[in-house]
Amino acid sequence: MSAAVESARTVLEPTARAKRLAGGLVILYALVASIPLLWIFMTGFKTPLDAIHYPPKVLFEPSLEGYVNLFTTRTRQTPEYMQSLPPPETWYDELVRKRNMVIAGPSPFGGRYVNSLIVGFGSTFLAVFLGTLAAYGFSRFKVPIKDDLLFFILSTRMMPPIAVAIPIYLMYRALGLSDTHLGLIILYTAVNISLAVWLLKGFIDEIPPEYEEAAMIDGYTRFQAFRMAVLPQAVTGIAATAIFCLIFSWNEYAFALLLTSGTAQTAPPFIPTIIGEGGLDWPAVGAGTTLFLLPIVVFTIVLRKHLLRGITFGAVRK
Amino acid sequence: MTEATNIVPSGGVAQAGRSQRARTAPAIGGKLKGLSDRSIAWLFISPTILLLLAINIFPLIWAIYLSFTNYRANKPGVPVKWIGLKNYEQILGSDDIWGYLQVTAHFVVFSIALQVLLGFGLALLINKRFKGHATWTTVILLPMMLSPAVVGYFWTYLFQPQAGIFNYIVGFIAGIAPDSFTMIGDANLSPWAIVLVDTWMWTPYVMLICLAGLRSIPDYIYEAAEIDRASQWRQFWHITVPMVLPFLMLAVLFRAIENFKMFDMVVDLTSGGPGSATELASINLKREAFENWRTGYSSAFAIILFVTVFGAANIYVKILNKVKQR
Repeated sequence: MSAAVESARTVLEPTARAKRLAGGLVILYALVASIPLLWIFMTGFKTPLDAIHYPPKVLFEPSLEGYVNLFTTRTRQTPEYMQSLPPPETWYDELVRKRNMVIAGPSPFGGRYVNSLIVGFGSTFLAVFLGTLAAYGFSRFKVPIKDDLLFFILSTRMMPPIAVAIPIYLMYRALGLSDTHLGLIILYTAVNISLAVWLLKGFIDEIPPEYEEAAMIDGYTRFQAFRMAVLPQAVTGIAATAIFCLIFSWNEYAFALLLTSGTAQTAPPFIPTIIGEGGLDWPAVGAGTTLFLLPIVVFTIVLRKHLLRGITFGAVRK
Repeated sequence: MTEATNIVPSGGVAQAGRSQRARTAPAIGGKLKGLSDRSIAWLFISPTILLLLAINIFPLIWAIYLSFTNYRANKPGVPVKWIGLKNYEQILGSDDIWGYLQVTAHFVVFSIALQVLLGFGLALLINKRFKGHATWTTVILLPMMLSPAVVGYFWTYLFQPQAGIFNYIVGFIAGIAPDSFTMIGDANLSPWAIVLVDTWMWTPYVMLICLAGLRSIPDYIYEAAEIDRASQWRQFWHITVPMVLPFLMLAVLFRAIENFKMFDMVVDLTSGGPGSATELASINLKREAFENWRTGYSSAFAIILFVTVFGAANIYVKILNKVKQR
């Protein structure tokens, strides 16, 4: 073979044909795996009839009915009543009236979405705040039984959520934290903090301690040195950690299902309860799912460089 | 550069070596000004530990206590009776519970096997660095970041015999009528439906970790093998596989823990049905705890599950560390 006379670099470089083949297979997988997500997106713009059409419709006339149904509750009216109404004022009124219905009011979806935002950002802020402090403590100081403490923090992630949920449910009932934002924020903070500590410790370990030492020689206290020398350098790590915490809180289902029912309910337990008239309103579900997944898609693209670290609790770095 | 640090070494924990860099800090430390390093360390760490004690350890101890009682959370007025190990005896002697554990094992084993095969395969292909590989990698990664409950629920629509796109495509390829099979209504198919959706969601996870493993192999090892005229096949089995193995095992550990605890995706996809064909341990636990309100009994079940995960994970990590040391 002529490979022997070529340089070692080219021996390792895959041939153009191998690359094309690999690329083709990967793209094929990516396209097939994207079908469910594309389908969710498309279903949001179908009419309820198109959504249950057989065979499934790939080409269809887009409609905003799913989105209107997602955000409103509607009542069916008699044709006589419909005739007596003044002409519709808005495009969504018009859309609903085509189905012999009138809008009765907003649906709970908007509120559930806002709950997801409150709980998500609240718990992320707390987890990252406490996690940064603890990670710095573990990274820079001699802490007795440090390894055991770190393992303890990690092991809290091994509990099945339902197992924790039983006593938490009783505890929250006794403390009046059931179905409150605060209750869910505290719980998600506790779950996220293990990830936050492990990830941030990795990021802070990578910042040379000489910076703080220099600051302290200049007369700053340890605390000032932490704030002025370490935090600015850890910003990327803190941001990446925050996004991971936010994604967990945003996606969490089991605790939200068991501990909230109304006022503090987040979007994940709500979306499967969307039903329309005479069956499931798949366009509304598709619309809700699309709006719910969209922020995460954006975050995934933003995060892609740190993804590996985040999903392995900092065990694999890149 | 890519590196895998010890995640949970035998007997304790991890990354101890890295923090050694900090050794000089306390010597210079701010002992004269402000708080001593020791008090700062505890000031920084204790809120986290206290929160975890309050939200994880206290409930765990409470659950252990409840597991020895006949307490029912929907009847707070009824006096709580200590019944010793009765709940545990009942669970371990129940054929139903062993059935649910078998369903769980089927789910864990097959979903992870598929994810390892597909994930490792994709990682090998992506590592060929074809044009545009970074963009396509991001596209492949998307499913694993999404809410399992919400996406799981949407799959019930994709699996519909009539309007579902899944049945339509599979029917088209296999040349059978799309409505001749139902993935989630058939006790034989539904265990595979949850394996399929889980594989779709989490193959990217295994892929990403394998890719890190592949990229950690230095070029010179392959160059040396090339000089020794080792065949591609031998290079794959004697260099690639052993070098990626610790990474792959780490991915399997994380996936196994997660899938053993699996609740959200499956409960919205099949809610354990039909019958108990997909009744995973976690789903049954939720049923007993929050539908049948057998709080004491389900606490015992929860403790058994937790001890199982914890014990298995510890043994596995010991093996993982041996593999890494080789």
